[in-house]
Amino acid sequence: MASLWFGIVAVMIAAYAVLDGFDLGAGAVYLLAAKTNEERRRVLRAIGPVWDGNEVWLLAAGATLYFAFPRLYASSFSGFYLPLMIVLWLLILRGVGIEFRAHIDNRVWQDFFDVVFSVSSILLAVFFGAALGNVIRGVPLDATGYFFEPLWTSLKLSEHTGILDWYTALTGMVALVTLVAHGSYYIALKTDADLGRRARGFALLCWPVQFFLTFSTLVATYFIRPEIMNNYNRHRIGFLIPVVVVGCLAVMVWANPKGKETVAFVASSLYITFMLLGAAFALYPVVLPGRDHQYDLTIYNTAAGDHGLRVGLAWWTLAAVLAFGYFVFVYRMFRGKIKIQVEEGHS
Amino acid sequence: MDSALLVHRIHFAFTATFHYLFPQLTMGLALLIVVLKTIALRRNDPVYNEAARFWGKIFGINFVLGVVTGIPMEFQFGTNWSHFSRYAGAVIGQTLAMEGMFAFFLESALVGLFLFGEKRLSPKGHWWTAVAVLAGSWLSGYFIIATDAFMQYPVGYYTAADGTLQLASFWAFLLNPWAGWQYAHTMCGAVTTGVFVMTSVGAFYLLSGKFVEHARVFIKVSVITGCLFSLLQIFPTGDQQGKMVTDLQPVTLAAMEGLFHGQQGAPLVIIGQPNEQEGKIDNPIEVPRMFSMLTYRRWNAHVRGLDAFPRQDWPGNIPLLYYSYHVMVGLGTFFIAIMAISTILLWRGKLFHARWMLWILLLSAPFPYIANTAGWMTAELGRQPWLVYGLMRTADGYSKFVSAGNAMFTLLGFMGIYMVLGILGLFLVWREIEQGPEAEHAPVDFKTAGAR
Repeated sequence: MASLWFGIVAVMIAAYAVLDGFDLGAGAVYLLAAKTNEERRRVLRAIGPVWDGNEVWLLAAGATLYFAFPRLYASSFSGFYLPLMIVLWLLILRGVGIEFRAHIDNRVWQDFFDVVFSVSSILLAVFFGAALGNVIRGVPLDATGYFFEPLWTSLKLSEHTGILDWYTALTGMVALVTLVAHGSYYIALKTDADLGRRARGFALLCWPVQFFLTFSTLVATYFIRPEIMNNYNRHRIGFLIPVVVVGCLAVMVWANPKGKETVAFVASSLYITFMLLGAAFALYPVVLPGRDHQYDLTIYNTAAGDHGLRVGLAWWTLAAVLAFGYFVFVYRMFRGKIKIQVEEGHS
Repeated sequence: MDSALLVHRIHFAFTATFHYLFPQLTMGLALLIVVLKTIALRRNDPVYNEAARFWGKIFGINFVLGVVTGIPMEFQFGTNWSHFSRYAGAVIGQTLAMEGMFAFFLESALVGLFLFGEKRLSPKGHWWTAVAVLAGSWLSGYFIIATDAFMQYPVGYYTAADGTLQLASFWAFLLNPWAGWQYAHTMCGAVTTGVFVMTSVGAFYLLSGKFVEHARVFIKVSVITGCLFSLLQIFPTGDQQGKMVTDLQPVTLAAMEGLFHGQQGAPLVIIGQPNEQEGKIDNPIEVPRMFSMLTYRRWNAHVRGLDAFPRQDWPGNIPLLYYSYHVMVGLGTFFIAIMAISTILLWRGKLFHARWMLWILLLSAPFPYIANTAGWMTAELGRQPWLVYGLMRTADGYSKFVSAGNAMFTLLGFMGIYMVLGILGLFLVWREIEQGPEAEHAPVDFKTAGAR
């Protein structure tokens, strides 16, 4: 039962990363890719109707984690107190930036919210990547089952880790470049003309960086946590995951210049999914490794009681079907490229 | 009091109080908008539809602020109350996750459709989106109330070998008897906020001689709704809520009323300041025997005072609890009076010209916010010193590994950001009010909408 919920939470986090990932990425390239007011409005319209729903995946994943693994929720949310609070502030600023920009037709007002939106998107991407890095690297858990990490201690990996060191900074960068590419593919998919071309150019520029950082991270991870290979060695089928990751990278670089935006976007989505799947596969059944492995939090010592998990499965399945329905409905309603009539445009 | 405990408590209280300024209005307006749209559809009256569209814009601004200030609430159970989460998460996590899975997904999909989809949908289709928004926001409210109800009156759980609470009966937990009345009472409060904001804007327009036709619709619809809900607020919902406190949290009841010594035929204090040092109310104005009647339905019933309970089980801040309760009840009574007078004037056809009454309606808008806040303070201060009533004390539930300094840092951060949000929100709402219900400036087409 606990394993099943491990899978469900992993899927929800992956759904969040793929879905909110494209609007975060679009936000990160927003200032550079969209130059005129008309272009910026097109980007905002491309994500406007969906960003809130995408972000609900984060809330829903967090809350599902809460009831399925309460001890993990308690330990990780208080241990990552500072970065989470900063993430909350960024989410607030970003949401307000997207929603309030259109309310007033004034250059100064809009420039302000443009910068708020874009900068918060960039920082969120970095923070999410660093958070994942922390989970893979391990945190200073002790016998209480709790820990607390300051934002940084020293950039070297030491006994007293902080949120940011060279390794988590690296994973933060991987996340940023991945989401910038992902967001660019999405903009390319939803817009045309100069804006679409520029977005494709950005994605092309990202690719070598993404390729290089992906490999650096994999190598760095192996050196930091050699035991990450245990599950792979035990179940050889796991090696398919890095193969798919590399395959996705190849498809991205092939499809993008040919103007196959849909293929590139799907490949990028799969890349993100399989990177996360690879991490989840390596960690299982650990959910939050300690720097000292005897204090690892696993699905066994953090899961809620069996009855609760079983009941949860019933309503969760129903709710997930409904949620899937809403998503299909909204994305269908909103399919196709974004157009803005000239008469209401102004730049 | 441990300073870290105090900072964590203020952290949650501040963010929750600020957050709830927005949902109380959006939940109330959601109902009023459905009423407006239903009348528009049945009478085919464009004024009602324009009124609904205008309030949709106000709803939209408040909804955004409700969403962004709501996200931190979900996180703070873990960040600031980790020991509590570890202890009770397997139970209360259920309703919090259900809120995300059932209500948030529904709202995120349909609020955009409601706000910007009017031109793409048939009138009937658009009516349905308004109903879905109402359903989503009211459903969301229930899950939160059910979570709070567990903290007030834990049911449907068992204590596992490792000392944590686990779910024993899903339905007992979800249909907690405490939750039913508390939900009804809270929702009446939300409708009251929506009503008073709507009458206030209507009165403003009438007094300044602008948008008169729309203003009359605002006032007519909200006064009739308000008359009904301000009555429901006190009876039966408030009355039954009080009855539950009487039966299940008698020490809270004594503290709410400042009843230091138990007595037969206890009076209801209308005005007076609790004096903890001397164990009495200073300069009280009382209704004799009324408190016994309200709680036990007998004029002569004995009501237990604080002295009947051990000191360590008294709520920590008795004066604040006493004032919260009295402000809530006082304002609730005031609302009934206002709405009753307005309804009579409306029925006699005099309300739209009674400038003195319009002034009162205009200036009353802040009071439901105060009453709702005071109501929540009564519930949560009254629960003290318990975090989960009778099971876990508040002092044991906060994040012991997050220092007071770190919590203070983020508390100050939230205060700064929320101050900016508050100013932005007021500014944008004021702009909408100034432009009025006839303006066609906002994005209306879903596909080309600037937002959502």
